[in-house]
Amino acid sequence: MSTNLLALLPELVLTITGVLVMVLEPVIPAGKSRKPLGWLAILGSLLSGLAAFYQLQIVNAQGTLTAFYSTIQIDPFSIFFHLLIAAVVLVTLLGSLDYFESPITHAGEYFALVLFGAVGMMFMTSSVELLMVFIGLEISSISTYILAGFRKGRATASESSIKYFLLGSFATAFFLYGVALIYGATGSTSIGPIAAGLAITRTPTMAILAVAMVLIGLGFKVSAAPFHVWTPDVYQGAPAPVVGLMSTAPKAAAFAVLLRFLFNGTPMLHGHWILLIEILAVASMCLGNLGALKQHDVKRLLAYSSIAHAGYLLVAFTGTHQNAVAGACFYTATYAAMNVGAFLVLSQLSGFSERIRSIEDFTGLALKRPGMSALLGFFLLSLIGIPFTGGFFGKFYVFSGALQNGHVWLGIVGLANSGVACFYYLRLLAAIYSRPTSDSVAYIPVRKVTAPAAVALAATALATLGLGILPNKLVHLVERATPTTTAAVAVQPTQQ
Amino acid sequence: MQIALFTIFGLLAVIAALNMLLQRHPINSALSLVVVMMSLAVLYWSLGAEFLAAAQIIVYAGAVMVLFVFVVMLLNAGEEQRTKGSKIASIAGFPGAAAIFCLLTFIFLKNRAALGNTQLSGLYNGAESNLTRIAHALFTNLLLPFEVTSVLVLVAILGAVVLARKEL
Repeated sequence: MSTNLLALLPELVLTITGVLVMVLEPVIPAGKSRKPLGWLAILGSLLSGLAAFYQLQIVNAQGTLTAFYSTIQIDPFSIFFHLLIAAVVLVTLLGSLDYFESPITHAGEYFALVLFGAVGMMFMTSSVELLMVFIGLEISSISTYILAGFRKGRATASESSIKYFLLGSFATAFFLYGVALIYGATGSTSIGPIAAGLAITRTPTMAILAVAMVLIGLGFKVSAAPFHVWTPDVYQGAPAPVVGLMSTAPKAAAFAVLLRFLFNGTPMLHGHWILLIEILAVASMCLGNLGALKQHDVKRLLAYSSIAHAGYLLVAFTGTHQNAVAGACFYTATYAAMNVGAFLVLSQLSGFSERIRSIEDFTGLALKRPGMSALLGFFLLSLIGIPFTGGFFGKFYVFSGALQNGHVWLGIVGLANSGVACFYYLRLLAAIYSRPTSDSVAYIPVRKVTAPAAVALAATALATLGLGILPNKLVHLVERATPTTTAAVAVQPTQQ
Repeated sequence: MQIALFTIFGLLAVIAALNMLLQRHPINSALSLVVVMMSLAVLYWSLGAEFLAAAQIIVYAGAVMVLFVFVVMLLNAGEEQRTKGSKIASIAGFPGAAAIFCLLTFIFLKNRAALGNTQLSGLYNGAESNLTRIAHALFTNLLLPFEVTSVLVLVAILGAVVLARKEL
């Protein structure tokens, strides 16, 4: 297999599966269940994960792969994110297989959009060319805009979709403007040549402006404050499995881009962007946690919690290069496991129509659904960061990285915020395990948990638990993931 | 000449963009957008990106805008809404357009010597033309983004289909 094909293998598998799903969709007669298409999509995401594993074997044997005139760089860093995205997509697809209450006619489009979105996210993580990053960002964004409004006919769904689309396009414009300015300052849009160009540039002001623009664009995508305003509304209106997907996988991809761009592309400007990152981190942690305190809708509460978690993740960026990459990778993985898990539980509990929404609706849930309540409780504890859950080690690595690099006050703010966060997570947990009131969950019909959803739930729970008990396995992987600077590539940009 | 052209068309683009946002009638907004696209095309051309300027006019001012206007007209297929148009436009419209036309003619005639270098393909003065360089970039360094754009377009089509449906 040629290097070019090998470097694109997971994306190719996903694209072909997505096209197959679209081609087969009209063949299935109207009114029939679309589940076979779902299984096809699941098979595709599984195969793309295997393809990423295969890439890992090749990279272990031969070292970093570059392809397509150094647009794509396959190293342990990008493979880690490929695996993470494939896993999140797989679990989401398993969880949404039985999500649609009646066999709706167009579920095939849902599966195809999820697959194509994953293609964009994967391209974002493996690309070292900002134009390629932009195309990947657009693919993943457009598919999530549509998925957010998939519960058609509901006002919140339309609000969610249109709000996400308008603000998202605005943010993408900032990113693109940043790319244009960095091209103006360094004469290139590739990570390696940007670093080389910054060393000799005579217009550092323009480059600083460019970095700020890119930070705004990607800050929106990861819902970091003060670019977080869309998050609660969008998460409230979007279908629960989709929220699980879009609060983790695209964010992981955006963080991967940030890590590559900041540490490999603009290390010269470290002194400038570190300040911006600190502001974003503190604002996200504080606004996210304080905002969550007064929420009644569970999805809105988890939306504010995801803003806060974006803040914790940004704290990782203040460490040294290796600590930052290891901390951020570990945190994205644990956050993906526990957040996808929490939203899967929500989707299983309230179904497509989302009859139970507010914290009051969850009162006394433990009596009716003990298993589901225990799972949700476990994910909430992990989101708090209780020991023996993945969330604990995630926070531990992030904050220790910041402290080692001398950002003591950032660590203190982070820990104080973790304390504040306990309140709202425990408020939900207390509601679940308290005596049911007359109008609460007792009257909600029990939805049977089907086998694929059970597998998905078990996988996320095991991942969260496994990362809490045996974090070493992943730590070894992510510590290797520090991407090498592409300076060697920069010298020969057209080596093939 | 550069600065004069930049000022005129930059201002025109900004004003037209504002007008596009402020107009209440969709057709007026769409026509203002045409002015924005045209002014941008002139700015591209004055920066030496002749191909981009031509593409801007053909694709945006031509194809995309025609589509816009068609959609607006088809959606408002019922009772046609009549607007009187603004007073300023009816009073100052033609004199203003004539003034800008005269000013531009003056600038172009004054700088006649500098004109005539615009070329879309082939070599001139021994250097590669714009088009050759764009083609070179698209099929070497930026081959992958160029190809993956097809997935982007596919997702956009799929999204349009999902959004346009009535039932789920």
